Amino acid sequence: MLIEAHGLSVRAGQKQILEPVDFSIDAGEIVTVVGPNGAGKTTFLRALIGALPLTSGHITRAPGLRIGYVPQRLQLDASLPIRVRRFLDLPVRAQPAMRDEIAVFTQCDHLLDGQMGQLSGGELQRVLLAHALMQRPQLLILDEATRGLDHLAADSFYRRIEQVRQTMGCAVLMVSHELHVVMAASDRVLCLNGHICCQGTPEQVIATDEYRALFGGHSAGMMALYRHDHDHSHDGAHARQHGHHNHHHEQGGTAAHGQARPAGTADNDITQPGP
Amino acid sequence: MTDIFDSFILRALLAGIGMAVATAPLGCFVVWRRMAYFGDATAHAAILGVALSLAFSLPVTLGVLLVAVIMAASVTWLNEQGHGTDTALGVLAHSALAFGLIAAALTDSIRIDLMAYLIGDILSVSTADLALIWLGALFVCGLIYWRWPALLLSTINPELACSSGMNPGREKLTVTIALALTVAVAIKIVGVLLIAAMLVIPPACVRPLSRTPEAMALFAAVAGVLAVCGGFYLSLNADTPTGPSIIMVAAFLFMTVTGAAALAGLRRGG
Repeated sequence: MLIEAHGLSVRAGQKQILEPVDFSIDAGEIVTVVGPNGAGKTTFLRALIGALPLTSGHITRAPGLRIGYVPQRLQLDASLPIRVRRFLDLPVRAQPAMRDEIAVFTQCDHLLDGQMGQLSGGELQRVLLAHALMQRPQLLILDEATRGLDHLAADSFYRRIEQVRQTMGCAVLMVSHELHVVMAASDRVLCLNGHICCQGTPEQVIATDEYRALFGGHSAGMMALYRHDHDHSHDGAHARQHGHHNHHHEQGGTAAHGQARPAGTADNDITQPGP
Repeated sequence: MTDIFDSFILRALLAGIGMAVATAPLGCFVVWRRMAYFGDATAHAAILGVALSLAFSLPVTLGVLLVAVIMAASVTWLNEQGHGTDTALGVLAHSALAFGLIAAALTDSIRIDLMAYLIGDILSVSTADLALIWLGALFVCGLIYWRWPALLLSTINPELACSSGMNPGREKLTVTIALALTVAVAIKIVGVLLIAAMLVIPPACVRPLSRTPEAMALFAAVAGVLAVCGGFYLSLNADTPTGPSIIMVAAFLFMTVTGAAALAGLRRGG
């Protein structure tokens, strides 16, 4: 258990933003938080990292837990001059070798000498991911990290996250609006709307009435993609969608949620005909 | 040695340089964190501190420090009650100034003194004042140097600082306390109305020349010292008030650098 929240709730003034929430995440697990705008998703993440005072509840962290956080956006004041390299070295100057390796992995290596204020949206997102990885995180937290990116850039961003999980073995907790990504890459989905409406494997969540009530219209396509899996009704079976544009499915075996497992075993891809 | 420090001009010059050294790194954070108005408000509230200190025969520095810290706490509290920061600052700064002026008026004996704290009187700095100014300046610089990485990351993004196990609230407090201390110490030299200018103008002046935060803090100190020396020269030769002269030179530096940077940008662009 990396981090565990009990009865965590947040109120801003008179407004209850988050009803008491219980949550925990295990090493290597990928959990995605979905929910409509104003559902308290960002509040939930910020409360977890300790950036917001809790109205009630408490948070237990594994001792010495290292968290890498990628905020929704970074509003850098134009009056602050800082190079990407220096930003990556905050708060602690890292081994140059490690910094360079992470920069290459996140495709930031050509940006290191540039000013933070002159990055494009996509570049800034990659630099923020690099900064999060510089913390050698056991838990990577992403708050709508692909907001403002086009589909192609978002896809490659999430593919990189999956690589990170594989190579660094860290758990990932992310907020996303891109349901196709969520359903493809998550071990567990948390549906938030001021409180936890439902949670479970992507298949379980999709099947709930709460989820349909929230995302009914938008998820019609998703339902078509996944319906045949439910027709099969395996016991606790996971279905994982590979790539984002082909409709191949991999039967991910019967791994219970929470267990780390290789994410990209492309050899096992089974092309299933539609129902 | 005694002879040198007896020279009131040298004492005044050294006091001004000490202030410029402290306001440079602190002013950078004031600019980066968009706290320019906060510095202004703290300076205004200082008048209340001066009036109360004189009324209760307390050391002026202590009174100013106390009022500045109370004001910072009040801004935070008003923030939590849902008022915008600039609204909270506006309410507090102007009320504190009004209370201060009324408190001063009720105590007849301090009416004359107050004027000195409004525009400052650097030429009247004593050796003891000089020591206090340099002690304060070194303390502020040391504090900022010690907290530098945490301050910088909290300024860039508080959540990033949080996730790295830091406390952005504490870093905000660091800036606030350093600001209160600087105002308390500098009030005698440039006066309440001009402290905020010394915090903001030198960093703003050197922004176009800086590529790293450290360079900006250093360049700001250079610009501040230049402004102090230039202001003194002007004041002695043209018999102008010293505090405003310092700020005028700083403003001139700011316009020169900004103009030059704009021209260079135009040339590159065209």
